Amino acid sequence: MNHSMPDGSPYVPKWAEISRIEKLTESEKLFELRLSNGQPLGHKPGQFVEVSVLGIGEAPISISSPPINDNSFELAVRKVGNVTNAMHNLGVGGKLGIRGPFGTNFPIDEAKGKDILFVAGGIGLVPLRSFIKFVLENRKDYGEVTVLFGARNPSEQLFLSELEQWRGRKDISYLETVDRADENWKGNVGVITTLFPKVQVDPAKTICVVVGPPVMYRFVIMETKAKGIPDKQIFLSLERRMKCGLGKCGHCQINNIYVCQDGPVLRYSDIFALEEAL
Amino acid sequence: MELKKIDKPDLGLFLQNLIKDFQVEGVKRKGQSVYGQSFFYGSINAPDELCLDFDCTTMPPKKYFIPPKEELLKFTIAPKPEVAEVIESKPLIIFGVHPYDLKAVNQMDKIFSEGNPDPNYLKRREGILLIGVDPTKVSPRSFWNSMEAASVSSGFDLMLTDIGESYLVEVGTDKGGNLLKKYAKVSSVTKEEEQKRIDVRSKIWNMCKKRALNFPMRELPSLLVNSLNSPLWDEKASKCLSCVTCNMVCPTCYCFDVWDDVELDLTHGQRYRRWDGCLASDFAKVATGENFRETRAARYRHRFLRKGQYLFSKLNDAACVGCGRCAAYCLPDIADPVDVFNRLKEAVK
Repeated sequence: MNHSMPDGSPYVPKWAEISRIEKLTESEKLFELRLSNGQPLGHKPGQFVEVSVLGIGEAPISISSPPINDNSFELAVRKVGNVTNAMHNLGVGGKLGIRGPFGTNFPIDEAKGKDILFVAGGIGLVPLRSFIKFVLENRKDYGEVTVLFGARNPSEQLFLSELEQWRGRKDISYLETVDRADENWKGNVGVITTLFPKVQVDPAKTICVVVGPPVMYRFVIMETKAKGIPDKQIFLSLERRMKCGLGKCGHCQINNIYVCQDGPVLRYSDIFALEEAL
Repeated sequence: MELKKIDKPDLGLFLQNLIKDFQVEGVKRKGQSVYGQSFFYGSINAPDELCLDFDCTTMPPKKYFIPPKEELLKFTIAPKPEVAEVIESKPLIIFGVHPYDLKAVNQMDKIFSEGNPDPNYLKRREGILLIGVDPTKVSPRSFWNSMEAASVSSGFDLMLTDIGESYLVEVGTDKGGNLLKKYAKVSSVTKEEEQKRIDVRSKIWNMCKKRALNFPMRELPSLLVNSLNSPLWDEKASKCLSCVTCNMVCPTCYCFDVWDDVELDLTHGQRYRRWDGCLASDFAKVATGENFRETRAARYRHRFLRKGQYLFSKLNDAACVGCGRCAAYCLPDIADPVDVFNRLKEAVK
């Protein structure tokens, strides 16, 4: 048997310290983290990490920030399972185990010089934010930028101060909707596809990046098709159960692909025929 | 190819010598079960404990390569969080592995060394010597001849074939050769005996042709691609108990879950991985409640596609070796790959 033995266990996490916590909604918090070794995480927008809370377990969490100069990175986390509930109980100075970054990234290079249509549904904005912010920081590298964001109701909107900035920016079009309005909501009401008629795109030069709950994809894809955006210019980020992050444990498998390695960011033209992808 | 001979009375001596220096694990006889005489892999402490005329063991030898529960990390939660990797390995001889199970081990070797090499598997694997043996009996549900698993050209350190009064021993590796030199009384092999090994093998291979795929195994990927919407998946899976027995007894099922255990002092613990199975209802379920293979039919189909198509593209081979264990131990008896694959083939004709 010929193989190279890796230097150590890929299951050993690095330590990261929580430097800031921001409450985003009733069930979501933003954690700013720094690796204890002082090194940058070394991620690209769209990748994820396996987060450990010792004694509780590990969970795959997408990275919500673009690479930042001060070596911090952000995870926005909904408390929904064992690990994320435990994370929500931690305070500033608390330590988390980090493995990764893992997986594929959003098409930061391929989209250069092209128009970008971002489509975020609910906490799909969490991973997509890493790419949106990356594009805004390197604004001149990209063409027209459109951000569509849909939430179930106004209280579930994330990153409120950033949304406020986006609303005011002249160099992007930001459109938002909620499925159900409250008395203060003055904007669009309806699912995210109701924003598409308001958007003009040049399909040949548009890269479309979609992240949202599983049910959202097929309806958004119908809209992108209607706009004539070619399948190979559409990118999705898929959620799956993951344990190892190394393409071994089998949980994230969709037909021939392992989402932890071949994804989470996948080109629609590569997966539309996969039976269990969407 | 280096071929030697051990006379049957001398096999006990070989084993006795090995036991002195090594932990030897081998096939042992268990009582009668509803399935007939059963066999299992366990520690061999005396030569007469080893049984080499078994048809198929209940569990494959994968527990030695991928323990059902394997520690990955030891950790301290408080006062200061710390982790230490755990990579275990101890020298081990596994005595009596049929070619189909050797083929499965070869596949695991490939899977755990490619992509992101897995040090836990690889380190453990380094310590293991495999002594294969050609079957003398065929279990009622085996179809390994159809799966190109009747013989293997590598993966064993030594390979025994019962030719009557003696065993012929093929030396697969230097480590195997050294074992023979140091621990066994061997003699050279005549042309007649060499021929006898060929005859014995073809006889047993023929005995395994009673249960067979009705088409070449290499057609599996295309057959499965064309059978995604077959009504067979629903028909079979409607009886599925999601009990994961088919996964557990399978020599090529290696999926695992990762889990933390905390000691009663609440300050120490272990992270380990344990066998998991894609037929389990929560295998693809995430914390939000979304289940990406919600129905039994979806999970049932996934397993066959994984064996015959998904992993085929990785291994250039089916990840089913035809041992028939899944068929033998599935309580509602829906797991038999021969039946599934042949019926799918029949349907697309």
